[in-house]
Amino acid sequence: MAAPLIALDNIGKSFDGGRAFALRGINLGFEAGSFTALVGQSGSGKTTTLKTINRLVEPDEGQVRIDGHSALAEPGPRLRRRIGYVFQSIGLFPHLTVAENIAAGPRLAGWSRERIATRIDELLDLVALPRALSSRAPAELSGGQQQRVGLARALAAEPKIMLMDEPFGALDPITRIDLGDTYRALHGKLGLTTVMVTHDVQEAVLLADRIVVMKSGRVIADGAPRALMAGHPDPDVSALMATPRIQAERVAALTRSAPGE
Amino acid sequence: MSEQLKAAFALLPGLLGQHVLLSLSALVLGLALSLPLAVLAARHARVRWPALALASLIQTIPGLALLALFYPLLLAIGALIGHRLPALGFLPSLLALTLYSMLPVLRNGVAGLLGVDPAVREAADGLGMTPSQKLWRIELPLAAPVIMAGVRTAAVWTIGAATLSTPVGQPSLGDYIFSGLQTENWVFVLFGCAASAVLALATDQLLGLIEAGLARRDRRRIIAGALGILIGAALAIAPLAVSATGPRYVIGAKNFSEQFILAELMSRRLTAEGAAVQTREGLGSAVIFRALAAGDIDAYVDYSGTLWTNVLGRKDIPDRQAMLAALKTELKARYGVTLVGPLGFENAYALAMKTDRARALGIATIADLAPASNRLTLGADLEFLSRPEWTAIRGAYGLNFKAQRAYNPTFMYRALESGESDVISAFSSDGRIAADHLTVLADPKGAVPSYDAVLLISPRRSGDAKLRAALQPLVGRIPVEAMRGANLSVDRDQDKATPAQAAGALGKLLHLE
Repeated sequence: MAAPLIALDNIGKSFDGGRAFALRGINLGFEAGSFTALVGQSGSGKTTTLKTINRLVEPDEGQVRIDGHSALAEPGPRLRRRIGYVFQSIGLFPHLTVAENIAAGPRLAGWSRERIATRIDELLDLVALPRALSSRAPAELSGGQQQRVGLARALAAEPKIMLMDEPFGALDPITRIDLGDTYRALHGKLGLTTVMVTHDVQEAVLLADRIVVMKSGRVIADGAPRALMAGHPDPDVSALMATPRIQAERVAALTRSAPGE
Repeated sequence: MSEQLKAAFALLPGLLGQHVLLSLSALVLGLALSLPLAVLAARHARVRWPALALASLIQTIPGLALLALFYPLLLAIGALIGHRLPALGFLPSLLALTLYSMLPVLRNGVAGLLGVDPAVREAADGLGMTPSQKLWRIELPLAAPVIMAGVRTAAVWTIGAATLSTPVGQPSLGDYIFSGLQTENWVFVLFGCAASAVLALATDQLLGLIEAGLARRDRRRIIAGALGILIGAALAIAPLAVSATGPRYVIGAKNFSEQFILAELMSRRLTAEGAAVQTREGLGSAVIFRALAAGDIDAYVDYSGTLWTNVLGRKDIPDRQAMLAALKTELKARYGVTLVGPLGFENAYALAMKTDRARALGIATIADLAPASNRLTLGADLEFLSRPEWTAIRGAYGLNFKAQRAYNPTFMYRALESGESDVISAFSSDGRIAADHLTVLADPKGAVPSYDAVLLISPRRSGDAKLRAALQPLVGRIPVEAMRGANLSVDRDQDKATPAQAAGALGKLLHLE
């Protein structure tokens, strides 16, 4: 088997000078083109794990490798320019227009003005935003539109890897499913490798090909959604996966009992 | 328009120019220091507390004291590095005002930078911005309106505090206020206050335009505000560039009417000779001699008794001629200062009372005053109580007043008039002694030294023929009655003259012009 695109080898991280452990011995590999969801309760270490990949969190021990090279060998900012990052609070730059927000990454990468202009239009189309919004200020947009801009900004410099931390958590259910669909399609179309943190296991089941369950800084389950839903020896995991399983069974029952046409 | 208002407007171009140049320089220097410090303080909590505490501490020092403290400080630094620094005038004022301007910018800078939404910072990090890219592209633009509000506060404070630079010898709009206060020329005082207030308000409005432009990302407002400030500053400073040609003599004056009049008299004579002259008024008694010795001023009039006790530190009281002769050789030998000669009148410290009150209490001499002093209140000028003459008089006669209060000279006479003080430290050349019918108490023990007005020239100008030629004719020429008359014309309540007008009249009276 080829080496994974992203490899976390024995990652450990503690806070408070070693008194509180955030992560212990995390070993995870993410294949190119895969879509993985990290799920678990608050404080399980899923966000910390995600942030060690682009080094917004520096691990105390272990090795992070991307494409076979150590991620710790190059300066953090340079590493992060090659990795898309989307998070729940979005963090659009309020003093810049939509277009300027999207252009931030390409500017850091030193793209030409023309290339950036073309790219902005392309991205607005990709995330299904009207081009007329490009000169607006972020504050004038709805929450869903803002996260679409956040997504476009993260994708702007053509990253191969996307890290997402509860990306759709603050949105209403309809917008959330809509944006999730949009992203899932982009993931395939652009050949991205995505790692997404979510506390919502239904979202994980809907979007991801693989689910990693974390608890107290450790991985307690790792597999395809179907396999995990079928049952797991760890009671926490099976409790977690019960909701989507019951829902799936109910939906299946409803579908079967529907009158034929 | 009244004569006084005309006189005030005539001084405006020079004083406004100096005021603007000083405030602007201090503000620019203050920003250059406080902005980087604000960035550092926002990033490191370890820098934040000491930086803000220090800036607040500086703010608690009264402006006047802060300015005055730079005089000895610069002299000391100059001595330390073996290179004389100008301890009077622009440099100390600039440094003090720079420190003064730092707090609002520092405080708002820290608040503005710390107030940036953490999500926005995280997004900047996530995109791969380096700390300095994050600062310049995200944090500073977002904090700019808050920082600009701090700059506005700093500008208003600096322009206001710049009026306090007059006593350290830097001309400013404060010249109107200080000389007006001494000579009870309220037109001047109000004019100075109004001029600096208008300047501060106009600057505040223009900076407000920039602030609004930054907040709304409106480039036109930013440009309009910046252009307004640049053009206004250029127009205000332009008269200085025009007048700054040729050698310039600097005439000093302490902070009372007689000194203002004599400085004007000297200036007029030098100007008549075609020389460029600048006066530095309102200097403290201790500062002014050191300023002369250091060459910050070229000439001024001091008093023999003051020089004897304060400068030479002598406790004995020789007779008049012996004191003058000794001063001449000692000042030359120790400081290189030339004592050109006595002007002809004395301005001695004397204790004075209202004539009817003195009569009622049966007091004619300081010796008579002693037994009654514990029931009386002494009003003194701002220096008298800390001067060796007071120690000498008090010791010689055993004076022990019920209370001692310090006033500026004008208000001291008022206090005597109103009965707030029973005895005051008067000056023998003061026109108000005759005008207010005061009794000067005799000094039978000779505790107070003589105070001949003497003309002094700085070491640097001791061989300057033009200066000598212009000032030599004043020696021995001014009788005490003429000086009292000139002083009274400035100090009286009705029909007041400005010091310049009084100097003109005195010059004519003595056939000097």
